[in-house]
Amino acid sequence: MSASTTTRPPTSEPASGAAPRRRPLRPARVALHLFLGAVAVGWLFPILWAVLTSLRSYEYTAANGYVSFGGWTFDNYVTAWQTAEFGKHFLNSVYITVPAVLLTLFLASCVAFVIARFSWKLNIVLLGLFTAANLLPQQALLIPLFRIFTEVPLPEFMSDSELLYDSYWGLILVNVAFQCGFCVFVLSNYMKALPRDLYEAAMVDGASIWRQYWQVTMPLCRPALAALATLEVTWIYNEFFWATVLMRTGDKFPVTSSLNNLRGEFFTDNNLVSAGSVLVAIPTLVIFFLLQKQFVKGLTLGASKG
Amino acid sequence: MSDLPLIQADHAVPAPTPATPTRGGRGRRLRLLSRTDRVVITLMVLVPLLLVVALVWFPALATVALSGTDWDGIGPLSEIDWVGGRNYSDVVNIYPPFVPAMQNNLLWLAALFVVATPFGMFLAVLLDKEIRGSRFYQTALYLPVVLSLALIGFVWQLIYSRDQGLLNAVLGSQTDWYGDPNVNIWAVLVAAGWRHVGYIMLLYLAGLKGVDPSLREAASVDGASETSTFFRVIFPVLRPINIIVLVVTVIESLRAFDLVWVINKGRNGLELISALVTQNVVGEASRIGFGSALATIMLAVSLVFITVYLAVVMRENRR
Amino acid sequence: MSRPRTEAEYLSRLVPSSVAGIGRRSLLTGVGAGALLGTGLLAGCGSDSGSGSDSKEVSVGSNQSDPKPKDVIAKVMDGFKTSSGITASINTVDHNTYQENINNYLQGKPDDVFMWFAGYRMRFFAGKGLAGDISDLWGKLSGYSDAFKKASTGDDGKQYFVPSSYYPWAMFYRKSVWKQHGYQVPTTLDQLTALSAQMKRDGLTPIAFADKDGWPAMGTFDILNLRINGYQFHIDLMAGKEAWTSDKVKKVFDTWAGLLPLHQPDSLGRTWQEAAQSLQQKKSGMYLLGLFVAQQFGNDEQDDIDFFTFPEIDPAIGAKALDAPIDGYMLARKPKSEANAKKLLEYVGSKEAADITVKNDPTTLVANSGADTSGYTALQKKAAELVGSATEIAQFLDRDTRPDFASTVIIPALQQFIKNPRDIDGLVNSIENQKKSIFTS
Repeated sequence: MSASTTTRPPTSEPASGAAPRRRPLRPARVALHLFLGAVAVGWLFPILWAVLTSLRSYEYTAANGYVSFGGWTFDNYVTAWQTAEFGKHFLNSVYITVPAVLLTLFLASCVAFVIARFSWKLNIVLLGLFTAANLLPQQALLIPLFRIFTEVPLPEFMSDSELLYDSYWGLILVNVAFQCGFCVFVLSNYMKALPRDLYEAAMVDGASIWRQYWQVTMPLCRPALAALATLEVTWIYNEFFWATVLMRTGDKFPVTSSLNNLRGEFFTDNNLVSAGSVLVAIPTLVIFFLLQKQFVKGLTLGASKG
Repeated sequence: MSDLPLIQADHAVPAPTPATPTRGGRGRRLRLLSRTDRVVITLMVLVPLLLVVALVWFPALATVALSGTDWDGIGPLSEIDWVGGRNYSDVVNIYPPFVPAMQNNLLWLAALFVVATPFGMFLAVLLDKEIRGSRFYQTALYLPVVLSLALIGFVWQLIYSRDQGLLNAVLGSQTDWYGDPNVNIWAVLVAAGWRHVGYIMLLYLAGLKGVDPSLREAASVDGASETSTFFRVIFPVLRPINIIVLVVTVIESLRAFDLVWVINKGRNGLELISALVTQNVVGEASRIGFGSALATIMLAVSLVFITVYLAVVMRENRR
Repeated sequence: MSRPRTEAEYLSRLVPSSVAGIGRRSLLTGVGAGALLGTGLLAGCGSDSGSGSDSKEVSVGSNQSDPKPKDVIAKVMDGFKTSSGITASINTVDHNTYQENINNYLQGKPDDVFMWFAGYRMRFFAGKGLAGDISDLWGKLSGYSDAFKKASTGDDGKQYFVPSSYYPWAMFYRKSVWKQHGYQVPTTLDQLTALSAQMKRDGLTPIAFADKDGWPAMGTFDILNLRINGYQFHIDLMAGKEAWTSDKVKKVFDTWAGLLPLHQPDSLGRTWQEAAQSLQQKKSGMYLLGLFVAQQFGNDEQDDIDFFTFPEIDPAIGAKALDAPIDGYMLARKPKSEANAKKLLEYVGSKEAADITVKNDPTTLVANSGADTSGYTALQKKAAELVGSATEIAQFLDRDTRPDFASTVIIPALQQFIKNPRDIDGLVNSIENQKKSIFTS
């Protein structure tokens, strides 16, 4: 993962790929590229359209419609950054996302390790409990969860509300609880495919279970962890439902929730909202480019190349 | 890497080794575990389990209980009145959006299952060939997955708006893509598919990358065509990932929510169970009892799929 | 090591009582989590040590997240600080989120003073004991008409609300367009229909219309109901005392069905902003909406906007009632400092606060009649006159009835009506059935 891979814009890929290679272009390949190119353009087009919109002034598009040309400006980005106070809220997102992702991966890998390492009847129940938790509709659980949160006290140095409600701790825990399922599922599959004799060897060395987990299994799971980290960062970062219902202080909202500040009570400048959304999307894109290679490797999900 | 699994893994590799008899070994191994090890194992399972039970399963059960009340979400729990099954009969009998919502959820599942998921898998197969620019194509397809909801809702508004949308401008039509209840669900399904395809593509591509290349070589030596190689050799080997893709598809269609919510809060042709739950439970409405009944119905439907899925996994493990 | 320890403590309390038997084990979650998180990442969680015991502080929950109103609130709070020496910290949450979470917000730890709406929505929380009684404060307030006092009064006859601003609903149009075609303001329904026919001949859409978001059509229902059946019927219908299956309600829908062809078609896919743009682009002749429609117009076009109140339908009822939703402030049920909170409420209800608002925000009307309104634009002046001359002021459908009824029954029903205006009987039956179920609970 060199730095150049991360900073290179995706569009330059085909251009760089145009350099002559060994294999001559067969007609089937050309057709394949044409097809994939068409699909890719079709997929990118709506996003590019929105990016274009974010670069135009609302006065112009309101008067001339979006299917027009003109009114170019960069002001939307400046205004969006200031109005929604993105600087502060990006930091809030970091406070929530980073611990939540780490904790999710840690707890999920613990469970996955036990499920993969031992073959107990109980494993299937465990796997079911975790995976099914991922399936449940979150909105349906709001009210009981809200009640629990307002009943659980925290010391004041952890939360000004002295409750789990309106604290990052609560938000992190909720995200962890809802994201664990998928990670347990993927990681247990991955771990099951690891060669068993590793453990045999470790046990001969007298390694404890913790060491087997931490020093034998976890390093081997790095690709899977990276892949999951990418997905989880994206999901938790983009999550805004829990943030808005379990928090009450506007200044503590993560950046995805603060995006709503750009929507007016009545009037919404959609071009401004697109600019804000593009800004908000940048971290997830960076993470994706950073971890893309790991990503595909990591999700090999129990299959092995032999 | 030798393969001598002490327990059964999901076999993605061909030629599964004959199941090693685990029965004799297990008890002995457990006794080999030290006291500390046993404590550690217990903790490794219990701590996450407790979190999930407390924050997911306990609220889920509470929701089921609340569905028998007419609580408005305000005041102490002791003041809740029990109304029995009234909420359920109201849902079925006098709540007009319920039936369309069930239909739309099924339609959603069908559309993702029949169109979007296979298309994503197809793209993954194409991208699995070593082609130039593969990363560009992957990125383009995956981009909709990482973008925030606000952007996606607006992206499609730009395209579908009746008066100012791109689609009507290009087609010269006046179709009310978002407003006409006969049309809007399809318009939204296109958007949903747009997001789903990239997700499936990436998951499947990951699975394909894990397939033993020698399999393919063997098949091509036998003179099998690419298509038949895929269906006869690769596809069966990818059983675990096929299950994941299936589960993801079902999850996505049951929990489908955000797109319709940003468009019109799940009304007027875009009813989905999850949106109905939200309309009733979240916000000022606070029909907690009624919304919980809807949620319980949704939970019950989910449980059917969860059970099926678990049965498959269990069979997989026995093999 | 103090962090994991306390965290463990809190985690152990997280366990609901039903599973408290194994609470001890959750201690270890804390250790695990603490080990993983131990860094200072979460330091932000425990900030703000200055607590409410300090008598020079008060907090306000604000839904005014738009840049201009947000700025105005900040200025008003500065004014409060100058006049009383008490610092008001503003907790701004975007309008939509604020509204959706109000129930939870008020039951959690709300700010001492919070912004909300008059009407049923205010009375509902007052009745639930989630708002503080400020009747004593009303003795000190001046400049409020009886209509405003009534709008601030709960079902028990006590006051719970301090009005700050409001906006009327009316038929908006562009002066230039009307001048060009020589249109006259209609005062009866027949005149409105005739005018609309003329507009059609002139190539205009008579009435701009949008209901993608569900609430704008409530304005149309309200005004027709007010014109046909009068204010008291509106209030009783909203309170669940009148049957939706009555002929009176059917007549509202019948009249509306007759007017629908004059409205912009395909309204269910359109946002109000797009409808307002058709007015702004001179493609539509008029638009029934709140004063906020002006926000869709450029600065140079503001003088071109005018409005008239919806014409009379029944001479016995007249055309003097209208929707004019009022926004204002309420007191939390257990404010940290009640004295400070009441001082703040008194200030936001004062002439000084209103003056600050007038000076800084041209899109709103202030509720206090003592305020210096010489800074109003022509449009604001006319709007204030319209409301001043109104005999009765309704708050808007979703502010005058139960929120659950408005959002889960009425919105889908009105959208259904717009889709299929013919089946009025089926529609009102469905509404009535659901109404009975909701209002009895």
